[in-house]
Amino acid sequence: MAEVKLRVNGKSVIVAVDDDDTPLLYVLREELELKNPRFGCGLGQCGACTILIDGVPARSCVLPLSAVRHAEITTLEGLGTPENPHPVQQALIAAQAFFCGYCLNGWVMTAVALVRDHPHATEAQLRTAFAGLKCRCGSHLSILRAIRQLTEAGP
Amino acid sequence: MSFPRGEWLLDRRQVLLAGGALVVSLAVAAAETGSDPSRDSAQRPPLVPRELDSWIAVLPDSSVVAYFGKVDVGLAIQVAIAQLVAEELDVACDQVRIVMGDTATTINQGGASGSTGLELGGLAMRNAAARARAALLTLAARRLRNPVQTLEVTHGVVSVRGNESRSVRYGELIGGRYFHVRLEWNGELGNRLLVTGAAPLKRHSDYRVVGKSIRRPDLPDKLFGRETYVTDVRIAGMRHGRMIRPPVAGAVPTRVDERSISHLRDVQIVWHEGLLGVVAGKEWTAVKAARDLRVEWSSPAEPFPSQSTLYEAMEDAAPAASGGAAPLGDVEQALRAAATTIAATYYWPFQSHASMGPACALADVHADHATIWTADQKPHYVRNGVAALLGLPSQRVHGIWLRGPGSYGRNDGADAALDAAYLSRAVGKPVRVQGSRAEGTAWDPKSPASVHHVRAGLDASGRVIALRYHSKAFSRENIASHPDDPAQSLTGQLTGLPVRTKYVFDVPEEQYGFSSRELSWEVIPALLARASPLRTSHLRDPLGPQLNFASESFIDELAFATQSDPVQFRLEYLADERGIAVIEAAAMRAQWTPRTASSGRRTGELLRGRGIAYARRRNTHVAAIVDVEVNPRTGRVWARRWTVAHDCGLIVNPDNLRLVIEGNILHATSRALFEEVRFDRKMVRSADWVTYPILETRDAPESVDIVLIDHKEELPLGAGEPATRPIAAAIANAVFDATGVRVRQAPLSPERIREALLQRT
Repeated sequence: MAEVKLRVNGKSVIVAVDDDDTPLLYVLREELELKNPRFGCGLGQCGACTILIDGVPARSCVLPLSAVRHAEITTLEGLGTPENPHPVQQALIAAQAFFCGYCLNGWVMTAVALVRDHPHATEAQLRTAFAGLKCRCGSHLSILRAIRQLTEAGP
Repeated sequence: MSFPRGEWLLDRRQVLLAGGALVVSLAVAAAETGSDPSRDSAQRPPLVPRELDSWIAVLPDSSVVAYFGKVDVGLAIQVAIAQLVAEELDVACDQVRIVMGDTATTINQGGASGSTGLELGGLAMRNAAARARAALLTLAARRLRNPVQTLEVTHGVVSVRGNESRSVRYGELIGGRYFHVRLEWNGELGNRLLVTGAAPLKRHSDYRVVGKSIRRPDLPDKLFGRETYVTDVRIAGMRHGRMIRPPVAGAVPTRVDERSISHLRDVQIVWHEGLLGVVAGKEWTAVKAARDLRVEWSSPAEPFPSQSTLYEAMEDAAPAASGGAAPLGDVEQALRAAATTIAATYYWPFQSHASMGPACALADVHADHATIWTADQKPHYVRNGVAALLGLPSQRVHGIWLRGPGSYGRNDGADAALDAAYLSRAVGKPVRVQGSRAEGTAWDPKSPASVHHVRAGLDASGRVIALRYHSKAFSRENIASHPDDPAQSLTGQLTGLPVRTKYVFDVPEEQYGFSSRELSWEVIPALLARASPLRTSHLRDPLGPQLNFASESFIDELAFATQSDPVQFRLEYLADERGIAVIEAAAMRAQWTPRTASSGRRTGELLRGRGIAYARRRNTHVAAIVDVEVNPRTGRVWARRWTVAHDCGLIVNPDNLRLVIEGNILHATSRALFEEVRFDRKMVRSADWVTYPILETRDAPESVDIVLIDHKEELPLGAGEPATRPIAAAIANAVFDATGVRVRQAPLSPERIREALLQRT
């Protein structure tokens, strides 16, 4: 049993785990009771478990706890609220994007980093940024429409 | 409680976590809906179809709860159901809350099934709502001392027409109490259930809510991370289970070495015949235990042919059953008399659900009752299956449906539920099971592989005088799509329950008026009878894509063989007015230019072409036109622009319908271009997103242009699957237009396209 200190969504927390090779995904879900990120493959192949590590999208299912001790971790819960939504959340709701929504952590977190780093991303950049993210329900077009609203309107 | 006999290894070294800190009651409020807090349970009538109270409740604040015995797999059917209910009750849509798929509060309407959500499920909800309105008006007439015909309703406020000061709210009339009103019931449960009430239905011309693009209430919860999916439920004392599936098909454990995981804390092993699982306090520990446990397995005979010989093996196999549609005319004679005959054979592979997340379920099993939390799309049947597995009466098992990864048929959801129940009974604690990626992709029930032989005879003038369409295939349901029999689950099959399989297939539904026609099928036995990773069951639009790929590709071949334009050819032979209408609408919107041969254009290294396919699914009609780009060097096909005309009767929510059609197109494009289960003689080898690739964003179309055909005086028809059906054939027809090469085997993957283009040169 090991105790590990983490920074998650702006707060310091201490978690107890059996091993510190536990992937961050299991710690966020089980110890911190966050509903997001989600388990999709456990192989870093789909994006359902995506979080931000110091602002950079990362697959929490293959990220051992020992690698993120000093990082600022952001999950979907830490992004925005209905009262104060992140523009990406707002745009996706406006576009009625997603069906089941199980995959959405990957798309949302990737889009957050994309519109921050490339506020005027081209269509090709959008599609490249989303490479590797899976969506089984076929929400791709509604997601693209939503994010295009941001990159075309950007400051 | 009767435990099965067998070997049980319950690790005695387990150390329970002090304090149980991981256990929270986060989701319990949402989950424990067995009682009905909105109404006084002492007065509650039985939960039977004949009671209006089984369908509709009015709360003191005049809001309405509608109890829907189907579920939303992600397409937002609950919005359309709320619209139908709000319309008949004359309340605003946001005054209606839909409760879905809870076996303690909803009637078994069959779960999500066959695009019947609105067509059948919605009909019952609408009729119940209309009856509730009539009951409310009777109460209001008494309260307001005015006859019913003088009353009108707006947003749940009943008033005397022309005198709005005399009014009463629904909540004041019955809020929090029961109607105790009877409905007529057709005696069916499941999809075919219908209730009707002695109450007038609103004229469609008076509709105010139906036909509006009401937005989805579930999206903010999902996007702010507040939605409780089945994966998020945690209850007191809950432990984590993982199953260990055979490394090769048909193998069973012969020895389990518990010392191999002695370094892991708090782990229990559950082993009975072929079923093997681990249960641990911490989830990651369960994952590691499943990974590290040393198991010796039996070496069964290799059950599968090599993949490259699959279709030959199918052709050679003796059929187990056959069937078809009633023949029209004498096809044999017409083929003999034909001036020309044209024949082609088409091939469709096994495909996987590969749901976005592997299935998850939580079971809490006690001696005389159990609770199962599931995201399976048929929660009532799952409840029945769990009850049968445990030997409990079904009313002693409470099934609670929660959202999960999008479900498009009989995926791995039911297997997870029965596994969880099995493990919970074994360890005497609530157990949450979540599959590995391989369980979602290698071990889910598959859509069947099929071979389709099509032959047509033409007379001297080029008129089609005979069509013979014959499929040889695996059954559509080696296991039933209704998981109410444990023998139809992996849990049951791995623990030795007798295997029963259904041998059924189907024929194309499109109705071309050829003067003689024969549509038939033969089904061959499963390659492995028990717990096969290639066992078949329903995947979105079961059999639709494969049957239509063959039939609509062949229609194109016939058109070109007779120097006809593919659009014109279809219009010439179709008698079905609604089929004709969607084809004409799509062709007009896409500005289809007639062609009588491959008309592809080359731009740089890309070949461009356009194709059409038409599909009928029950009474929904779809025509799809696609512009593709083919890269002959890489073999990549990009289905770039779609134009789709869609007729599903009355349109309840146009914007959401457009999204549903888009989702169908994307999912079906993925199946048409990329998806094929890989296997060798021992085992399915597609087990993740690398070995079972699906459509990525780069492959998503540039545009989808949808023409909706609305029938305002009719009832809504299915839309969750029909647009899946013509997609593969449309793409194959466009690839022919672009390249002059007819690809008759799905998927049209880069390797297959490269190969086909090489063979031409």
